Amino acid sequence: MLQLTCPYCGVTGEETEFAPGGEAHIERHGPGSDDGDFEEYLFYRKNPRGLHFERWRHAYGCGKWFHVARDTVTLEVYGSYPADVLTPPKEIMAKAKKRGAA
Amino acid sequence: MPHRLNDGGRLIDRSKPVSYQFNGKRMTGFAGDTLASALIGGGQALMGRSFKYHRPRGLVAAGVEEPNALMTTGTGAKAEPNQRATMVELREGLTAKTQNHWPSLDWDIGAVNAAVASVAPVFSAGFYYKTFLFPRIAWKHVYEPVIRQSAGLGPAPTEQDPDSYEHYYHYTDVLVVGGGMAGLAAAKAAGAAGAKVLLVEQTGHLGGRLLAENDTQIDGAEGADWAAATAEALGAMENVAIRTRTQAAGLYDHGYALLDEDCGEDASGPRRRLWRVRAKRIIVAAGAIERPLAFANNDVPGVMLASAVRDYIRLWGVAPGRELAVFANNDDAYRTAIAAFEAGLKVAAVIDPRAQATGPLAETVRGFGVPIRTSSVIAKVKGGKAVEAVMVGTKTPEGRVGGALEKIKCDCVAMSGGWSPVVHLWSHCGGKLRWDEEQSMFRPAPERAAPTGDDGEANTLVAGTANGFMSTAEALADAVEAGREAAKALGLKPGRKPAAARVAEPETGVATPMWFAPSVGKYAHGTKHFLDYQNDVTAADVELAAREGYESVEHAKRYTTLGMATDQGKLSNINGLAILANSLNAPIPEVGTTTFRPPYTPLPIGSIVGRDAGELFKPIRKSPMHDWHDANGADWEPVGDWRRPFCYRRGEEDRHAAVTREVLAARGSAGMLDASTLGKMIVKGPDAARFLDMMYTNMMSSLKVGRCRYGLMCTENGFLFDDGVVARIAEDEFLCHTTSGGADRVHAWMEEWLQTEWFDMKVYVANATEQFAQIAVVGPKSREIIASLTDMDVSTEALPFMAFADGEMAGVPVRIYRISFSGELSYEIATPAHHGQHLWDAIREAGKGANITPYGTEALHIMRAEKGFIMIGDETDGTTIPQDLNLNWAVSKKKADFIGKRAMERSHLADPNREKLVGLATDDPKKVLPDGAYAVADPTASPPVVIGRVTSTYFSPTLDKSIAMALIVNGPDRMGETIAIPVEGGDVIRAKIVDPVFYDPEGEKQNV
Repeated sequence: MLQLTCPYCGVTGEETEFAPGGEAHIERHGPGSDDGDFEEYLFYRKNPRGLHFERWRHAYGCGKWFHVARDTVTLEVYGSYPADVLTPPKEIMAKAKKRGAA
Repeated sequence: MPHRLNDGGRLIDRSKPVSYQFNGKRMTGFAGDTLASALIGGGQALMGRSFKYHRPRGLVAAGVEEPNALMTTGTGAKAEPNQRATMVELREGLTAKTQNHWPSLDWDIGAVNAAVASVAPVFSAGFYYKTFLFPRIAWKHVYEPVIRQSAGLGPAPTEQDPDSYEHYYHYTDVLVVGGGMAGLAAAKAAGAAGAKVLLVEQTGHLGGRLLAENDTQIDGAEGADWAAATAEALGAMENVAIRTRTQAAGLYDHGYALLDEDCGEDASGPRRRLWRVRAKRIIVAAGAIERPLAFANNDVPGVMLASAVRDYIRLWGVAPGRELAVFANNDDAYRTAIAAFEAGLKVAAVIDPRAQATGPLAETVRGFGVPIRTSSVIAKVKGGKAVEAVMVGTKTPEGRVGGALEKIKCDCVAMSGGWSPVVHLWSHCGGKLRWDEEQSMFRPAPERAAPTGDDGEANTLVAGTANGFMSTAEALADAVEAGREAAKALGLKPGRKPAAARVAEPETGVATPMWFAPSVGKYAHGTKHFLDYQNDVTAADVELAAREGYESVEHAKRYTTLGMATDQGKLSNINGLAILANSLNAPIPEVGTTTFRPPYTPLPIGSIVGRDAGELFKPIRKSPMHDWHDANGADWEPVGDWRRPFCYRRGEEDRHAAVTREVLAARGSAGMLDASTLGKMIVKGPDAARFLDMMYTNMMSSLKVGRCRYGLMCTENGFLFDDGVVARIAEDEFLCHTTSGGADRVHAWMEEWLQTEWFDMKVYVANATEQFAQIAVVGPKSREIIASLTDMDVSTEALPFMAFADGEMAGVPVRIYRISFSGELSYEIATPAHHGQHLWDAIREAGKGANITPYGTEALHIMRAEKGFIMIGDETDGTTIPQDLNLNWAVSKKKADFIGKRAMERSHLADPNREKLVGLATDDPKKVLPDGAYAVADPTASPPVVIGRVTSTYFSPTLDKSIAMALIVNGPDRMGETIAIPVEGGDVIRAKIVDPVFYDPEGEKQNV
């Protein structure tokens, strides 16, 4: 059971307190987009060995969605950041890089 | 013959006799006994039958690893099956029963399996893949019932468990698993440095093996005294907590551990407590488990682990036998010969496959005058329900038995193949192992991989014998270091490294592995060399699996069932994989171990469930008028987490009659429905209209304040997933109704888009579902009823269809929506939840003259189906788009974007040949189609071509005929066509495709 920290309310809680929301930083493709982009947006998800950006919701807490950078092998959490941050913060990337994950 | 020794027994209190029942017989033991030790004391050697061959079995071990002595304790609702007798503490009035035998433990008919097996190998490795195959029908009616009857564990109680269980969350700096020497020392080192420590021990006492040995001194004190003093010192530390009878069941991600505490049968609190622990550092000091040896008939009751024999003598003062033979490949086991000799028992011989036995322990035994036979093996054990003698032969350099066998009379064999560190917890969550060639054991290899915390740092340490340090001095030093390391990792300062403890102990050296004891004649092939006692897996089975190509240890395990019994291979795995490696001519580390998975020992279902049982298993949601419904004949139906009345039954009325009465009342005069469960989302903010234009397929921004609009919600895939009426409360505020079951989903959905995609929009969403009671007043008399309760103008001019108004009714604040899901003149009246019952009563009272009739969900469904209104989950299944349901009018063509719009452009969704909604009128109007039935083009075709399916089907009381809705390929283009619906039993129902609106197609009723 993972331990995650919500960047909004600051609570570090059990995985059961949160709800997973799949891969983060997926760009929405709406009307007018080409079939390939739309297919990618709807169906294609990364399954990396190592650094993974994912969405979580503090479902049994403040209710906020946020992003987590997590290692799929070691389960190390490199950090969490708000859902409206569109690119992973530098310090998180640096941490992952130090581990050889990014 | 009395088996209780005259003295000794560190754990028992001879002044406190305890009486208990075993298989209906009254027996006595002492306080401090386990069920196992008490039974030995009472002279009971036979404790069960094996699974496959039903061979008689006795105790092998004295601890958690016991594979044979599984018993059902307690009776009736308090029965607990499959309890290891070694772990059950004796208490007054305890009842215990043996399992897996019929008709009796002593005389078991299942033992015929063994007799059959001796002539034909029907139960060999993978027998269930090879036998019982033909004829097929026999499996269901003959083989399986017979196998289930004869093989198996204790029956689960059928009555509800009267005990309570609880979950307990705990956060600690350091969790120390194991209350033996290493655990105590590690906890003390970490605790002294200031860490918050939780120490758990699976048995009821601290000290581990120190309690059973008398030849080891630490810092000048007897081992047991050192343990007591250390435990006392720990008890005095405020930052250290100790829990005995607590099993560390599993270690998981980020330092999460599950512990199962046995709170005792007589405790006033819960029966068991499941600890859900989050620890910054974990120290696994779980000790080691002694290995059995594989020799012929090594399963005869009386053949036990050497350490277990020693434990029974020294801890509980009972003698597993009067005349012992020790069979061991290591010096440590000679301690058992010493313990037996000191207790006044006869030691017939020590049989040692090694060429020499010259260690100090061996010399002590030799000094007692006990014959030591080196370069020797037990070629076989003689005896059925008890050991009678062993046949001892000389082991040749080629590994065979040479020369004549010597018969040595004995009634107990203490065996030892060395020790295996308990690496289970370490391995549960990523810890790797390495093969220690010198000590021939797998031990933790943190340099390969260790369990890690959320910060990526290794968070688990192993200490003592569990870490592969088998001497007291080394194990103790390792444990102290582990405790200090854990403290250091937490940023604490454990101070200067203390001087090593002074340890005096006899030299034990290392075991010389012998994975298979050679034998003679029919025993030479290992068909009676048992590895897994509980599952009856022999050395020959493993060898056969290897020969048949099951080379991977994981495959061999599943093929032979080695290590798959409730003891999970604690005794058998190492011997099994060594034999597999030998058969494959591969080194042991190359074969590797099977995966260690939690729980370490079986976790009772009650512990896992905790409080989530009975009413708390899945708590139900209740509308504000729930109690009234319950008192007035409600026939309940689950709707999401809610309970809603399916109908209200009066007197002897059946469901059908009640539903018919309710529909006719609503259509004919007036009905009322508790609609409180409908989801109600308040969406507010400057961008609320813009946001809802994205959420709904239709345009919501054009809705006027004070008006309502039916809206559809799709997923990004274009599939319809929720619907409901949206009311515009103000320019910047909407109230969105959702389905009863979908409210939480829709709320989460809206939040997700607002927070993760359109976070620039200024909108708040609040789920107000439970804040309002909502009552639908339906039928031609509805207007006059509500008009009599309010000063509000509810005329069709002031409150037209799809409008709403706020005001007061029956003295309470209300919002009246003029909306209809029945096709009748209808109002839905919302009021704050606490006024719900008052308003319900007032409406009933006011409607008495009009025979206002409360109706349930079935009448609601029938009335909406009569009108051709869709229901999410009936007409939709997650692949249905609005266009399939002829709801094109609710899908905006003007909006540039909404969720699902892009998907609808895809060729499959735009395909004109999709299943579309139609009505079905059966040729026989009395015949109601089965829900979900398939429609086919030609019922005689094989296979038939499916052209659609029935989505809603009812008998309409209003129209006095069967009605149905269906999704049929190109349905609307096939109006008037008769289709076939094959049903169970070979019948075919024929129905004509018709318009899905069966009742009042012009909408005259609702628009009055």
